[in-house]
Amino acid sequence: MGKDDILLKVDGLVKHFELSQGFWGRKAVVQAVDDVSFHICQGETLGLVGESGCGKTTVGRTVIKLYEPTAGAIVFDGRDITGLKEKEMRSLRKRMQIIFQDPYASLNARMTVGDIISEPLIIHSLARGPKLREQAVKLLQKVGLSPNYINRYPHEFSSGQRQRIGIARALAVNPDFIVCDEPISALDVSIQAQVVNLLEDLQQEMGLTYLFITHDLSMVKHISKRIGVMYLGKLVELAESSELYQRPLHPYTRALLSAIPVPDPDAAAQKQRVILKGDLPSPINPPAGCRFRTRCQFARDICSRSNPEMIQVGLKHMVACHIVINRLTDRFFNK
Amino acid sequence: MYEIPKEKFNPLLERNNDTADIIRPGVTYWGDAWHRLRQNKMAMLGMYTIILIILLAIWGPILSQHSYSDQYLDKQGLGPSNEHWFGTDGLGRDLFVRVLYGARISLAVGLVASLLNLTVGVLYGGIAGLAGGRVDNLMMRMVDMFYSIPLVLYVILMMVLIGPGLKSIFMALGLVYWLEMARVVRAQILTLKEQEFVMAARALGASQARILFRHLIPNCMGPIIITVSMNIPLAIFTEAFLSFLGLGVAIPMASWGVLASDALPAIRSYPHLLFFPAMAISLTILAFNFLGDGLRDALDPRLRK
Repeated sequence: MGKDDILLKVDGLVKHFELSQGFWGRKAVVQAVDDVSFHICQGETLGLVGESGCGKTTVGRTVIKLYEPTAGAIVFDGRDITGLKEKEMRSLRKRMQIIFQDPYASLNARMTVGDIISEPLIIHSLARGPKLREQAVKLLQKVGLSPNYINRYPHEFSSGQRQRIGIARALAVNPDFIVCDEPISALDVSIQAQVVNLLEDLQQEMGLTYLFITHDLSMVKHISKRIGVMYLGKLVELAESSELYQRPLHPYTRALLSAIPVPDPDAAAQKQRVILKGDLPSPINPPAGCRFRTRCQFARDICSRSNPEMIQVGLKHMVACHIVINRLTDRFFNK
Repeated sequence: MYEIPKEKFNPLLERNNDTADIIRPGVTYWGDAWHRLRQNKMAMLGMYTIILIILLAIWGPILSQHSYSDQYLDKQGLGPSNEHWFGTDGLGRDLFVRVLYGARISLAVGLVASLLNLTVGVLYGGIAGLAGGRVDNLMMRMVDMFYSIPLVLYVILMMVLIGPGLKSIFMALGLVYWLEMARVVRAQILTLKEQEFVMAARALGASQARILFRHLIPNCMGPIIITVSMNIPLAIFTEAFLSFLGLGVAIPMASWGVLASDALPAIRSYPHLLFFPAMAISLTILAFNFLGDGLRDALDPRLRK
């Protein structure tokens, strides 16, 4: 994989939200995303997992500039889009789209399906008049919905169908890159598979690149080539999917993977579950040093003193943990 | 046992089994709301009353053979009769026509109030809510400022500046009657703009104006309509009340407030002079309030059955 293939490169992305508290406007800062770096190659799917509130949605929304990044750089197809104004972004919006988690909130209840799907075409003047209708019908067929639905309103559909409408809207501008922000977590398991398969088919057909955000660990393994694990606004481990599932290094990744339900009771009895102590700390006041140290059974002094960097430990495996790095280097020199 | 003859069985011919082709006509939000409104008898009564009043106000004075300023000097202060349905006033003018003229003024006041609500109020609140932050703060503090001064003060100020009459009442209403709508719309937009469909529109590259007019405002139509329908009777009542105090429409124009005020000195001899305009005021305001209540219930999706 050459460097030219990189579609999206994110370097040291930081997103803080300011909250004003109380009458005198004391400012609190939510450190939603702190120093996250990764890249996504053309046609690839990068999975992003983590528990609720770890900042994965914020990452997804910031890389397509729905939020202004506080610091860091976002390079899309070789072009730095970090500082671009909304007007300059408009032409790029055709190339990057997003599919949302909640299929109820993400469709305007006052617009018909046809209007929803043709809106992107109108905004970017991609079609007009009778062609607009034609395109909308094509898009509906592409996501497996009957063209007869074109004049209906979103509330007349099931959640799976609504999610398909959301996908059709994202596809309307013929994008290169789609952020899938937990597109399946609000759906039934049977429908989850349908939607994931649809996403995979579309990827092959249209050469799409996905950033797939989810907390469903078995689904993310299925769909993505590489997976990043986030904890409290930080990326803690990034590896190829098979590598991550076979050889998880970061203690948090291990705890997370041990929580995947196994459909075989014998195997499940064998499995050791890593139970984390304590609660997720507040992102307003995250622990100094390693953010995971308050819940980590291996934590030592160094963890509270310095913030672990992402360090390459394998061909495509990076991890941010003092303990893991120490052990690996010890093992390397002892041998 | 009864044998079913074999020839009665036929293989099922292949036919179009595409069930998706059977389309139920889509139920729109408004269709649904209208359906619920129709079941509310009081609201429908209110609506028909309003339509009747509007029709009478427009056509009544034209069809009547009397004019609002014609005096019948031989028929002063008569009670209701065949010729003069509401009787005549102390100067021998036909009260029915004068009440209908009053309806014109009241409806004009209601129309102005609702237009202001729908244009200035919705736009102002929409822009403040969408912009947020410092702009929002500044715009809403202006609203608070206007709100803190009583309406009567505005009216008196306007009368000093441009003289008494309908114009000064309209100006005063203009200063005040969009404020509540601005607040309602802003509050709605603050919650709506965080929703994912707005985020989706933004991701599609929609302009701020498009987001405001295509996505946000259509989604607050419910509260907007309710606020308008509650504000119209309030404006009508305010006009009647100001005219009653002598701060409104000047003679010989007739507004319901003026008619009621004129009737007061002779209330013992000619009570019908007070009764008819007062009845017109109460009927109109009741009708608007019933309709407003009905609309509030009909547009609230939580009440969907």
